Amino acid sequence: MNAAAWRLLRAEWTKAHTVSSTGWLVAAIAGTTLALGGAAAAATHCSSGSCDPIRTSLTGVQLGQVAVVLLAVLAVGTEYSTGTIQATLAAAPRHGRVLAAKVTLLCALVLPVGAASVAGSLLVGRAVSPGHGFRLLTASALRAAGGSVLYLVLIALLTLGVTFAVRNSAAAIGTVLALLYLTPIVAGVVTDTRWQRHLLQLAPMSAGLSVQATVGIHDLPIGPWPGLGVLAGWTAAALLAGATILWRRDT
Amino acid sequence: MSAGTAERSGFARLLSAEWTKLRTVRGWLIGLAVGALLTAGVGMFIASATVCSQPGPNGSFVACSNTSGPDGREVTDRFFFLHRPLTGNGQLTVRITDVRAAQAWAKAGIIIKQNTRSGSSYAAIMVTPGHGVRMQYDFTHDVAGPSGAVSRTAPRWLRLTRAGNRVTGEASGDGRHWTTVGTATLTALPRTAQLGLFVGTPPDSGLTQSLTESTQHVGSALATARFDQLTVAGGTTGTSWTGTDIGDTGGMRTAAGGRQREGDAFTLHGSGDIGPAVSPLLPVTPIERTLIGTFAGLIAVAVVAIAFVTAEYRRGMVRSTLAASPRRIRVLAAKAVVMGSAAFVVGLAGSAAAVALGSMLLRANGNAVAAVPLGTELRAIVGTAALLAVTAILAMAVGSIVRHSAAAITLVIAGLVFPYLVTAGAPVLPAATANWVLRLSPAAGFAIQQTQVRYPQVDTAYTPFNGYFPLSPWLGFAVLCGYAVLALAVAGFLLRRRDA
Repeated sequence: MNAAAWRLLRAEWTKAHTVSSTGWLVAAIAGTTLALGGAAAAATHCSSGSCDPIRTSLTGVQLGQVAVVLLAVLAVGTEYSTGTIQATLAAAPRHGRVLAAKVTLLCALVLPVGAASVAGSLLVGRAVSPGHGFRLLTASALRAAGGSVLYLVLIALLTLGVTFAVRNSAAAIGTVLALLYLTPIVAGVVTDTRWQRHLLQLAPMSAGLSVQATVGIHDLPIGPWPGLGVLAGWTAAALLAGATILWRRDT
Repeated sequence: MSAGTAERSGFARLLSAEWTKLRTVRGWLIGLAVGALLTAGVGMFIASATVCSQPGPNGSFVACSNTSGPDGREVTDRFFFLHRPLTGNGQLTVRITDVRAAQAWAKAGIIIKQNTRSGSSYAAIMVTPGHGVRMQYDFTHDVAGPSGAVSRTAPRWLRLTRAGNRVTGEASGDGRHWTTVGTATLTALPRTAQLGLFVGTPPDSGLTQSLTESTQHVGSALATARFDQLTVAGGTTGTSWTGTDIGDTGGMRTAAGGRQREGDAFTLHGSGDIGPAVSPLLPVTPIERTLIGTFAGLIAVAVVAIAFVTAEYRRGMVRSTLAASPRRIRVLAAKAVVMGSAAFVVGLAGSAAAVALGSMLLRANGNAVAAVPLGTELRAIVGTAALLAVTAILAMAVGSIVRHSAAAITLVIAGLVFPYLVTAGAPVLPAATANWVLRLSPAAGFAIQQTQVRYPQVDTAYTPFNGYFPLSPWLGFAVLCGYAVLALAVAGFLLRRRDA
């Protein structure tokens, strides 16, 4: 990494840690993930053979991702609403580096808090699961845990791309949350099983979260890693759109 | 020019200024259009991806069939009927000594019916295991009679009398002292109708719910009842009784009815139910299923409404706006009127398209779309537009209070959209919690879309996820309006107190 890129990254870190919302949102990621995961694990009584206690313990990721979205939007959106984006871009004429610095910063923020939240959720889930616990050091449990952390990082980067594309905090939050939650709702209502399957295979949240499954893998609409791959595709598309708009417009 | 006229023209100028701001920002117009497209498009997609099929023989699925009652609304009409023709006036009296069924709403008693076609007009007096004696007629009417279950030691006498179009149901605990339970006037009853005994029971339905799952198991059920001391008076023809399973064999019917005769006693068994068709027990699609996209449309409209105020603060334009109109509350009022009207128009276009085209698509896919009165359908469509309008005003007021678009949209989504998603959108919360959320949060306003009716005489999961809101449509909408008024009041107060 050369000095210019390093300076940019230092600048991004300074912006992030001097804004009080960053700390609150990082705490919110962990808090909501742990709280919902623990509640779901405690409330789910596993009577049939098809239940997945590891996935249940990781339910909180579905709520924690909202704080991740807000964190990613504020990393960029605030610059657009206050106008500092003009100074940021003027200081770094190669706009791609600004994007790269923001990507690095978000990864550096979301990876540790995501890993801590996911590990904590599994420990809490194992402790409060009624009746029987589960083993944590199995290949599928580690895949579910590692995949959930990657899921949160991909959601952060997806949001970053969308925010650069729409250049407005509120619009970015609305777009990403609608994109995430619309398809599971629609898929839950439609009765055409073929369409239902396609929706669950293509939607960023449903496909991405299939990485949390540890039982009944073969009955899933999409496998764990291919599912996360679909989300990665959405993230790549969003980052590309954001980069294109950043490159074509100055502010 | 009088002061009043000046004030009015002043407000008109304000409205025109705000309207000019709204229509000249391309992004906002796109946002509003996206709101309409999401509301309509999601509904149409859901309609085109909803195919109706119900369990058929050998684990296969067959297209849904539905039965219409005398008033055109969908009904359930399946039961075992032991009948003979009655011409003119007449009366049937019977004693019931035993009813065996798992369901509180299993039914056994006397019925007079237009004919043996499923869905035809009827009146019946019956005993139920859990709800005492009932007089029911034409599917939606239900009158309670004496309470208490029937047993060999406490039998129940029932009597049904036809006099012209009037059918009277009576009950007695000893066969001598009679209580009139109810009287029905059935205009569709022909001179020769079918009179007799019947037995039916709704399917065995149990609901399991937790934070992560909520499923309804629908199984089969069979009810058995023992009748004796049968006396028929009036113009019946013949002395033999015919046993008929009324209604088709698809859907929930799995067990066939039948009878055994021992002396003057009959033992009848049957399954099925007589009553209004209620989702999700039966595959009837309510029209509000096509309005599920509303929550996504709401997000788009709220984003625009928030930008409509926060953009002024961001660009400092609010200082010129407020300088041009020192009475700041009127600026807020003008913005609310303009934004609310724009959202209403957008919402009306979206919801009208969703319901009109969506129900066409639903029917084309073999679904039974629940027939509702025109007024109810219009309330759901116009109510959805009003939902978007009030949400836009609420979002605008929140934007004016927090002055920060990311915080404002987060508050609106957390307060209005998320409560809806975890209750009515997906059964994340248990029904009891979901009902409280939909009483107290702004998401109560979604009740305006409900067209389905709760029937106390039909047991089903009346949960938000199945489309039954805890508050009545207008009351729920009033809760949302209350939040909007509160937010506007706070916004107005702060606008006067704070510097721009």
